[in-house]
Amino acid sequence: MSATPIRVPDEAVAPRPRVLLRMDPLLLLAALGLAACSLITLKGATRTLNPGHPLYYVERQGIYFAIGLTLALILARLDYSRLREFKYGLYGVMIALNLVVLGMPKVQGAARWIPLPFFQLQPSEFGKVLLVVSVSAFAVDRSRRLHERRTTARIMLLALIPAMMVIPQPDLGTALVYIAAGFAILFFSGTSWKQLTALVVLFLFAMLFVLVIGPATGHHLLKPYQMQRLTGFLHPSHDPRNQTYNILQSLTAIGSGGKTGLGTAGATQVNLGYLPAPNTDFIFAVVGETYGFVGAAVVLSLYALMIWRSLRILTMAKNLYGTLIAGGVLAMLMFQVFINAGMTIGIMPITGVPLPLMSYGGSSVIVTFIAIGLLQSIYIQARMTAASKSRGLVS
Amino acid sequence: MKELPEDKQLRFVKQEERPAMSPQLARRVAIVGTLSLALFAILFFRLWFLQVLSTDHYALAANGNFIRPVEVAAPRGQILDRNGTILASSQRAYAVMISPPSLPVPITDKNLAHPPRADAGLYNLLAHVVGLPTKRQPCHVNGHGVLHMSQIACAVVQEYVQLPYAEATVATDITRHQLFYLSERQASFPGVSVQQIYQRHYPMGDVAAQVLGIVSRITASEVKNPFYKTASQNDSVGQSGLEASYDRYLRGVDGADQVKVDALGNFVGTLKEKPPTPGNNLKLALDAKLEQVGQQSLQESIDSNYPSTGGAFVALNPDNGQVYAMGSLPTYNANLFTKPVPESVYKSEFGPNSNSGYPQVNRAYQSAGPTGSTFKPITATAALESGVWDTTRIFDDTGQFCISNECRHNAGHAVDGALDLESALKVSSDDFFYNLGALTNSPAPNGGPLQHWAHLYGIGRKTGVDLPDENAGNLPDAKWREGRNKLEAECDNATGPFKGKPKHPPGGCGIAFGDNRPWSIGDNENLAVGQGDVQVTPLQLAVAYAAIANGGTVVTPHLGLDVQSPDGFVQRTFNPAPQRHFNINPLYLETIRAGLRAAASQPGGTSADVFQNFPQQVYGKTGTAQYKGKQDYAWYACFVPSSATTKPIVVVVTVEQGGFGAVGAAPVARQILSQWFYGNKGTYVAGSSKTL
Repeated sequence: MSATPIRVPDEAVAPRPRVLLRMDPLLLLAALGLAACSLITLKGATRTLNPGHPLYYVERQGIYFAIGLTLALILARLDYSRLREFKYGLYGVMIALNLVVLGMPKVQGAARWIPLPFFQLQPSEFGKVLLVVSVSAFAVDRSRRLHERRTTARIMLLALIPAMMVIPQPDLGTALVYIAAGFAILFFSGTSWKQLTALVVLFLFAMLFVLVIGPATGHHLLKPYQMQRLTGFLHPSHDPRNQTYNILQSLTAIGSGGKTGLGTAGATQVNLGYLPAPNTDFIFAVVGETYGFVGAAVVLSLYALMIWRSLRILTMAKNLYGTLIAGGVLAMLMFQVFINAGMTIGIMPITGVPLPLMSYGGSSVIVTFIAIGLLQSIYIQARMTAASKSRGLVS
Repeated sequence: MKELPEDKQLRFVKQEERPAMSPQLARRVAIVGTLSLALFAILFFRLWFLQVLSTDHYALAANGNFIRPVEVAAPRGQILDRNGTILASSQRAYAVMISPPSLPVPITDKNLAHPPRADAGLYNLLAHVVGLPTKRQPCHVNGHGVLHMSQIACAVVQEYVQLPYAEATVATDITRHQLFYLSERQASFPGVSVQQIYQRHYPMGDVAAQVLGIVSRITASEVKNPFYKTASQNDSVGQSGLEASYDRYLRGVDGADQVKVDALGNFVGTLKEKPPTPGNNLKLALDAKLEQVGQQSLQESIDSNYPSTGGAFVALNPDNGQVYAMGSLPTYNANLFTKPVPESVYKSEFGPNSNSGYPQVNRAYQSAGPTGSTFKPITATAALESGVWDTTRIFDDTGQFCISNECRHNAGHAVDGALDLESALKVSSDDFFYNLGALTNSPAPNGGPLQHWAHLYGIGRKTGVDLPDENAGNLPDAKWREGRNKLEAECDNATGPFKGKPKHPPGGCGIAFGDNRPWSIGDNENLAVGQGDVQVTPLQLAVAYAAIANGGTVVTPHLGLDVQSPDGFVQRTFNPAPQRHFNINPLYLETIRAGLRAAASQPGGTSADVFQNFPQQVYGKTGTAQYKGKQDYAWYACFVPSSATTKPIVVVVTVEQGGFGAVGAAPVARQILSQWFYGNKGTYVAGSSKTL
């Protein structure tokens, strides 16, 4: 009973900083765990990619993590609700970035990056979080007229505009992430089932048109390789030397990993260059080959933890804006994890979506950490609100 | 009351006071939660399926990705003469191979006649690099007729038709420069590889070319042949001569390394090594120098006896059958076949329409014909042993021999007067032996004493020499005659095996005369002097004379002496048992030998002038085989027996269209003997006897 007298004044003097420091530890653990997994995996997978500099990718990824983590910690301490005021600016920045990139020099046939002196900025990645924050704000603005068809159409349009802008970069995967995030915002804001169903039907029709009817009538909206990637996973052994070669090599890498993996030295698919993009799109296959089912399960579990925490934070948000941001971030994470991991194990098409926090790449890493920072902010704000209310009641 | 910890308090308060989630949101969160759970379950199950249930399959696929088997060629063993002179060796070389399944467009039965653009481009590029013609030329492809394509395309298609998965050799012996060029640009040459191979080299070129034979890529039928059972699809095997008959000793076992390659096909490292086992060396009874002298001398005879174009010689040990020399002219440079031979070159050099005279045939054991008078010692043996004649009985040679109004003459109508057997052999009286032929005739299916003894001497049967595709020759008798008549009749009437073929007038097929003439006494007279239908190879005659020299033992001629491992240990020796031994009355044998000795040494002997001043005891017989519409074929058979020397030897020489035996053949035999006994071939002495 000697400790109790000391605690009471503590509580009275500094309740705010204590609560503020209380981020969601599980979410933080999941993010840091994945970052660690990423560094370990990259260390093995990229040691020969840059001759003479075996730690090139690991070091850079480490720096990105540091930047991302810093940004996340700062964001966590801010009240996300204030971002609502900047919704036009945020949305405008997103559109501007995606416009600028179209004028950038092409790197391997793709105009996805804005070359900065220290860093290749990938606007479509930043677009993900900018879209979630701004579109959620628009949705909140119209929260009283959510049942209107116009609201649904407008919000979906807000997501579709940037999506259409990233497709020609070309970055079909990110476009799908935008659409998924927009849909999730509508979903959690309470749009009626009827309208959601209509959206899904519309989307399916659009896909049908792009993949089947368009080509059949001579209108090619996607580049042939995109078509091949989107449909190739349905029959991977058809043309092993072309697009689906990637799937076969990925399946081979993961399958040969077995229960416990082949280790860094024994992972021939990675070491001998059979696995494409081992540091980015196919890093999950590297995990599968090097660390086996056990390693892949650890990574997936960390994602499951992250998803669970996002969902939990979504439910406890102090306002609708928080709920929608959390919903958008949740959709973005879930979509990317499932599409990317699914792609490497042959159940999803190849779309070039990075695996959040695992794939090498500054933009993706920083954006994901920003998203996590936002979740933490929602969490902290929710707890602060709850605490002040409870204090008010108790006193 | 104990106070609750702060956070528990907080949670309690929070749950009480937090604005309740709307039921709608709660439902949607539940839906998303369930969906996430389902998606993660799918991922986990799929991972489980791949990594736990199917891991063996994918492990194999991963190994198949980076482990490439590489055959490491084993050098073929050397072939050495009895003194260790190298007759055939293996030299390291680099060969350009094309693997049909790995081409930009793999070859199929459908596209092989017209190489796809990508492949044709590759062929042209490669042709420029290795210096081969790109012009289209006729290319004979089994089952597809004659196609028109470049030399490289032709080689690839021909190999594909033979063995679809084997690599086609398009060039051997490329330069180092070409090797580096190709190795550095592997990506530009899909399906093309440069491999270290061993190339056969025959230092003596055209000497004994047919005896040594050729080595080339195994064919489809050979792959299935149990004789080549240890050979793989990419092996080269002996196709003819000693290379074929001793293939399993000479051919090494290829090594099989497993190498690691990266995704670009670059060599990364060696995983497993199975070094090649070099082939064993084969040591021959052959004497390279003797072989060379025989060939030179035979060539001299051919050159000086128009219109001769070919001939053969055999020299062997009469006591054990070791073949000291065996040659056949015309010959070819054995090194020609160590590289891929373009079809056009092959046709012009060896084809049926070339004027080369079938250089690949080893006339010493694959070409048979009547032997002329060299057959007479066999007739003499038969007559004496059957009792129709004896050693002292005299025959008066009046220059002609008539039987039932059919008369035959000596060559040039010579009149030899009263002759016993010995002098009849010495002067080679045909009338004398026509008489013996008449006396030993029998219409029995298998003939009479002459056929019996000729058969014992080995006429009409294979000698068992250690070379492939031996010609057994022919020993005519009544049964044989009947068979020929029947076959001719069937051919003329287009029945039996000739069903469906065009008919011929009687005798039009050239198998027999079409008159259904049965075996006659005249046939036996012909046989008695080695003319007509009898067909004997020089090797058979040498073995028969060996039996005269050694007293009735029919040796098995053989070239192989032993097989030695590369480090010189004898693995196996070859000492084949004689085919048989027949007993012959020593008196008769002595008489026959005396006749042969007199023929080669005494004035009036048919080859005496050739062997005058030759210090060795040569027993020899000339022969002159008559052909319709051709010059006579010259023969000479002789021996120096072990009773007269420590180096016994039998020599048989035949010169196609070389004229009289003493003129065309005996001088070659003399030079061979001279080389054998004295190490130099001495002078070329043509005889003058104009006997058959």
